Amino acid sequence: MAVDTKQGAALTRPPIWTDARFRAILIQVVVLTLVVAGVAYIANNTIVNLQKRGIASGFAFLNTTSGFDIVMTLIPYSATSTYGRAFWVGLLNTLLVSGLSIVLCTILGFIIGIMRLSSNWLLAKLAEAYIEIIRNIPLLLQILFWYFVTINVMPGVRQSWSLGDIIFLNQRGVYIPNPTVEPAFWFIPAALVLGIVATIAIARWAKKRQELTGEQFPTLWAGLGLIIGLPALATIITGFPVVWDIPQLKGFNFRGGLVMLPEFSALLIALTLYHANYLAEIVRAGIQSVGKGQKEAAAAIGLKPGWVMRLVVIPQAMRVIIPPQTSIYLNVVKNSSLAVAIGYIDLVSVFTGTTLNQTGQAVECILITMLVYLTISLLISLFMNWYNKRTALVER
Amino acid sequence: MTDTTHIPAPDLPPPVTSIGVIGWMRANLFSSPLNTILTLLALYILYLAIPPVLDWAVFNATFVGDSRADCSKTAACWVFIRVRFPQFMYGLYPVDERWRVNLAGILLLGAGLPLLFDAFPWKKVFSIFLLCVYPFIAFILFYGGVFGLPVIETRLWGGLFLTLVIAITSIVASMPIGIFLALGRRSELPVVRMLCIGFIEFVRAVPLITILFMSSVMLPLFLPEGVSFDKLARALIAIALFSAAYMAETVRGGLQAIPKGQYEAADSMGLTYWKTMRLIILPQALKIVIPGIVGSFIGLFKDTTLVLIIGLFDLLNIIATSAQDPNWIGMAIEGYAFAAVIFWFFCFAMSRYSMHVERKLNTGH
Amino acid sequence: MTEAPASNAALEAPADDAMIQMIGVHKWYGHFHVLKDINLTVHRSERIVICGPSGSGKSTLIRCINRLEEHQRGQIIVDGIELTHDLKNIGEVRKEVGMVFQHFNLFPHLTVLENLTLAPIWVRKQPKAEAEEAAMKYLERVKIPEQANKYPGQLSGGQQQRVAIARSLCMNPKIMMFDEPTSTLDPEMIKEVLDVMIELAETGMTMIVVTHEMGFATAVAHRVIFMDGGEIIEQNAPEEFFNNPRSDRTKLFLSQILRH
Repeated sequence: MAVDTKQGAALTRPPIWTDARFRAILIQVVVLTLVVAGVAYIANNTIVNLQKRGIASGFAFLNTTSGFDIVMTLIPYSATSTYGRAFWVGLLNTLLVSGLSIVLCTILGFIIGIMRLSSNWLLAKLAEAYIEIIRNIPLLLQILFWYFVTINVMPGVRQSWSLGDIIFLNQRGVYIPNPTVEPAFWFIPAALVLGIVATIAIARWAKKRQELTGEQFPTLWAGLGLIIGLPALATIITGFPVVWDIPQLKGFNFRGGLVMLPEFSALLIALTLYHANYLAEIVRAGIQSVGKGQKEAAAAIGLKPGWVMRLVVIPQAMRVIIPPQTSIYLNVVKNSSLAVAIGYIDLVSVFTGTTLNQTGQAVECILITMLVYLTISLLISLFMNWYNKRTALVER
Repeated sequence: MTDTTHIPAPDLPPPVTSIGVIGWMRANLFSSPLNTILTLLALYILYLAIPPVLDWAVFNATFVGDSRADCSKTAACWVFIRVRFPQFMYGLYPVDERWRVNLAGILLLGAGLPLLFDAFPWKKVFSIFLLCVYPFIAFILFYGGVFGLPVIETRLWGGLFLTLVIAITSIVASMPIGIFLALGRRSELPVVRMLCIGFIEFVRAVPLITILFMSSVMLPLFLPEGVSFDKLARALIAIALFSAAYMAETVRGGLQAIPKGQYEAADSMGLTYWKTMRLIILPQALKIVIPGIVGSFIGLFKDTTLVLIIGLFDLLNIIATSAQDPNWIGMAIEGYAFAAVIFWFFCFAMSRYSMHVERKLNTGH
Repeated sequence: MTEAPASNAALEAPADDAMIQMIGVHKWYGHFHVLKDINLTVHRSERIVICGPSGSGKSTLIRCINRLEEHQRGQIIVDGIELTHDLKNIGEVRKEVGMVFQHFNLFPHLTVLENLTLAPIWVRKQPKAEAEEAAMKYLERVKIPEQANKYPGQLSGGQQQRVAIARSLCMNPKIMMFDEPTSTLDPEMIKEVLDVMIELAETGMTMIVVTHEMGFATAVAHRVIFMDGGEIIEQNAPEEFFNNPRSDRTKLFLSQILRH
């Protein structure tokens, strides 16, 4: 009995309501319609409400005079500057406190992370105590605490603590001399750059020499010598031509010099301590992720402990440390927005605070602020993806 | 050839310097010259730091009294905490009605604590009660308006009570939203996937404070004229959506940890997408991410303090404002210390629980 | 296959031919007495197999020889150098003793060739070209020269272990120690590793191998040592050991492992 084969029969099409492809498209169309309709509804309401309250729309306000003063600015600014300029002041202040905090918390985080892994029980326990205490207390509380300390624990202006009569600490802030440089000064940073370039060149030469002859060269010490020695030499030769504007107590306050506001100091200290503890945990996890066997194998072939660390453990640990580390850096930038609670003029407090209150243009202000943070976050993500691709371990 | 029966050699005690207190100290504190120096330095710093703090906080501090006059000038004045304690706990909630808050708290503990024990037999019933029924009961108790209970407006809610309301409501609301977002992010439908990715990445990129501001200031603009929104409700929406984005990433981690074979087995049995998720994938995934969820809750609990910036009187704000009361000037450190201890206690307890669950899960497989 | 190894003659060779001497060695982990009065002498070109149940201290014993573990009592002398807290001595000993681990422990972030040349370049200070040339010779000896530029993650278990053996050989050690080298390998890869080890034995290398592969013991070992509970229970030439075990503990162990 021959089996009847239907050659060339067309694919039967299922009824449309169970066809998987149709349903996929239908669901997406429905979702899209709902979202678009929702957005339209909200937009409509917003426009109506804004009109009713007489609030302007658009970005023209960025060119109008702000009318308020800002105490701590990195660029020239006054009450007659525009809101647009105020935006830049706020952004720079945010980047300043975030940047400094990132540098400091990285150093502190690595130190504490390594302490945590130390064979010294006391150091390890101290590091653990630090981590457990700081991470379980809200950051805002820590900021308020440090603000209280920098204001209340510091003495009054007239009784300022002084460091050699040049640096003064009091409840108004930290006063440091304001340098004005003369042209000859620029030899010193030039010497530093020269030292760095020379160190890189020596490192390259030393590596080639090691490959060829096997002899090792103390690149580290030579580099340190150059980077410290050349600028030092330049300083001596030029006689350090900088004019210092030393803060002087006149009446009730200091004149001259630069001031680091207590708000800034408090925020910096709180951000550094808080994020250092997350970094410490990441560093610890990273170093521990390199199995014991790696260290043993390296020791067994005769590598000294310093080289075991440098050639085997740290390269592998950094792969595990860097991705979460960049997330922490992003958190530092985001958390710097808590500045608004103590009155430090960062982007959020100047733009979504004062500017929004004065102009009433909530939508524009908030959206621009969010866009800034989105951009920063995107840049950090891109960097992380690039780094991950570059250092991924090659496997089957 | 003589066959021998082997008599095991006796266990000898180790050399004195390698065990006991001396041995331990040699190995852990003084194992090298560098370590010895560091140990001594650390001990010295501790000696400088700890006794003054103890003197201030405990030995010279005032614990009893009624007002600032009773306190010593140089040491801690815990009288401040004792006198203001009810406000720190309840905010401005009227004294006569505080039993309602207490009742809700007892219900929560009674229904919630048993769930922490593995052997508890009615886990499912209690969970459903907590997630679906309890919120209504709690809301009625707190807000009132029915059953003859007088209405207590949300602006009177404050202190630890408000902090817990915000934290628990947000985490409970953010879980279903987060699960949907996580599923949506892994969906094969491009539109759904894009929308979910967009939402999650946007929310995770911006600070919580901007979302709180957005909710506080922009939400009234989004709604038609005349519809007003309670301030607390606006904050809750903001925090819930914020938390949902992070919850989505946590759940996504759990979904990714489920081996592909599970999905394939379910498919080959003919289960639909939603049945697969409900019966097979989500139960496993959620169990794996319990430590992550507890971690989210700890973070959320700390983030509730941000409502200080939009003027809600959570625990931190109540303490901070009380410290500015003319009657209690200069008590801010005691207040902050008290707040720190409470937060620390809650967060530490939760993190220990999460570690316990993680250990159990690791040994389970 | 090698010639039949001298049995008792090797055991009584003069002490100045000794590569490793362990005299009255005790070790504790805390209160746990893990090595009890170990007395062992290994002579040049001698090949020892150590076997015993898990927890018997066999791994600990060989790890004491290259100071991955510290002993608390007794003396360990390797090629005339005594192992103490002196870091210089430890460094010298580790140059002379190669170790192959159960889990290979290759460095995943370096290529196979870089794994092999790491120690010669940094410890013996050889120029890169010279180190690479020597490394390629050893890779050929373990029969995988084509894998030189691959990463360990791309190799099979058997290939990785052979790379590990080559890596230890690159330092030209006088003694090679193997800690259960085949116990994590799939059955079809065990042979390729054992073949390399047998070839190594035929060149006269002093070897100490902790293993359960009794076929290997019979083929190349001069002595089989049985350890249990931290002590050496019995040691003998392979035929004597397997056919005429003297102690009841040894008999019990052999009955358990020689079943299949």
